[in-house]
Amino acid sequence: MYSDKVIEHFRNPRNMGKIEDADGVGEVGNPVCGDLMKIYIKVKDGKIEDVKFETFGCAAAIATSSMVTELAKGKSIEEAMKIGRDDVARELDGLPPIKMHCSNLASDGLKEAIKDYLSKRGRE
Amino acid sequence: MRVYLDHAATTPVDEKVLEEMLPYFTKKYGNASSLHSFGREARDAIERSRERVAELIGAESEEIIFTAGGTESDNIAIKGIAFRKGKGHIITSQIEHPAVMATCQHLEKKGFDVTYLPVDKYGMVSPEDVENAIRDDTILITIMHANNEIGTVEPIEEIAKIARENEIVFHTDAVQSVGKIPVNVKRIGMDMLSISAHKIYGPKGVGALYIKKGTKIEAIIHGGGHEKGLRPSTENVPGIVGLGKACELAEKRMEEDMKRMQRLRDKLIKSVLEIEESYLNGHPEKRLPNNAHFRFAAVEGESLILSLDDKGIAGSTGSACSSKKLKPSHVLMAIGLNEVQAHGSLRLTLGRENTEEEIDYVIEVLPPILEKLRAMSPLWKR
Ligand SMILES: Cc1ncc(COP(=O)(O)O)c(C=O)c1O
Ligand code: FES
Repeated sequence: MYSDKVIEHFRNPRNMGKIEDADGVGEVGNPVCGDLMKIYIKVKDGKIEDVKFETFGCAAAIATSSMVTELAKGKSIEEAMKIGRDDVARELDGLPPIKMHCSNLASDGLKEAIKDYLSKRGRE
Repeated sequence: MRVYLDHAATTPVDEKVLEEMLPYFTKKYGNASSLHSFGREARDAIERSRERVAELIGAESEEIIFTAGGTESDNIAIKGIAFRKGKGHIITSQIEHPAVMATCQHLEKKGFDVTYLPVDKYGMVSPEDVENAIRDDTILITIMHANNEIGTVEPIEEIAKIARENEIVFHTDAVQSVGKIPVNVKRIGMDMLSISAHKIYGPKGVGALYIKKGTKIEAIIHGGGHEKGLRPSTENVPGIVGLGKACELAEKRMEEDMKRMQRLRDKLIKSVLEIEESYLNGHPEKRLPNNAHFRFAAVEGESLILSLDDKGIAGSTGSACSSKKLKPSHVLMAIGLNEVQAHGSLRLTLGRENTEEEIDYVIEVLPPILEKLRAMSPLWKR
């Protein structure tokens, strides 16, 4: 049911874990099946210098979190904001239709982390 | 190593079963309704199987009809009573297999009333609840014998007694229990009981329904009058032969198999429960001897199943993520778990061929997998 790439990312997730002194944290819940994802970002000179994730969810949720962190790393805030669920799914050679909502979760998590960063910075 | 621990889903066909089935494909292929020797050969085989099935559950052979599986047996039994009565009230539980639950839900749409009884935290139906749910127009009680997910064995003897006292037909889905634990329809006092071959080392797509002499049901399938007109269609002779042989083997081996599997299962449970924040679902004692059902905090079941699969271990989960409808198992909801808790469920069901070495392998492989999944879970405390 899953592509080789999904399975590969599920087995060896990239950027897994937590950033203690993160500049932005995004936490999203999956309204469909009730799972949870957290994305941590570290920003320097307008670029995402480091990004990590924690996910409580299915193999697709783990693989999409892993992929979204790979896609975001090194990108400018503006570019990273544009990463959508279809980009994540495409990079993983597709997802079963029933699992597209997990990809949503990953791109939403990243967006929330960026928004968190921006609002924190606005306050400073 | 490849370890199959999903025997509640299906079992391999026993070599002895296959051996007995094979001639009925290519040599003894007659239609059991035919008058010639080819037909008689097939008819004799069917009747021998009927005796073997009856023997296993303590029934008379004329009380057994062959069907195309557990789902069909459940449908013939439940709709058979409903259609005969035309209207009325049915009592069932919240933890039935979809073969029963969806049938009852369909009947509800057709104007029948259905009570879905709750269960306790172990998945037990209370006989008292059954008694209290009975109404003047109750036509059927259908409560499963053993639950396919958490393995809890229901007090069907007491429920049967209540049904008898109130003159209500009692059906049980015994697909998971027959062949694994002793089931005697006369001792229990059953009116109808469903069996499936592929859960007891027989072939898929064949089952049986016990219907006590004198219990009248209406046919839901119409055709050439086979199986007392309740399940018309040219008999699946190889399948029926396979079911018969599977029942014979089950009867012979049951005591020994039960003891062996229970010992391995208990070892598995004991070791797994040593893992931090792991819990057993289902009844601690009143459960199928081959069923272990766990819940692990902060872990999602599909990820767990696929990680185990990477190590060659086959299990199953009630997690919403792994279901076609993205809904957690109704059984786990009924025993009072929340969605997050249901996510971390793992069912491991043993079979005859499992060895101690395999169980030790699972005990060794499972903790690091949980550790890895927990390390990436935002719900896991650190
Ligand atoms: C309790 C129970 N009832 C019914 C069935 C359905 O049996 P079958 O697959 O033979 O239709 C199963 C198996 O999936 C089961 O576990
Ligand atoms: S996280 Fe639940 S289906 Fe993907």
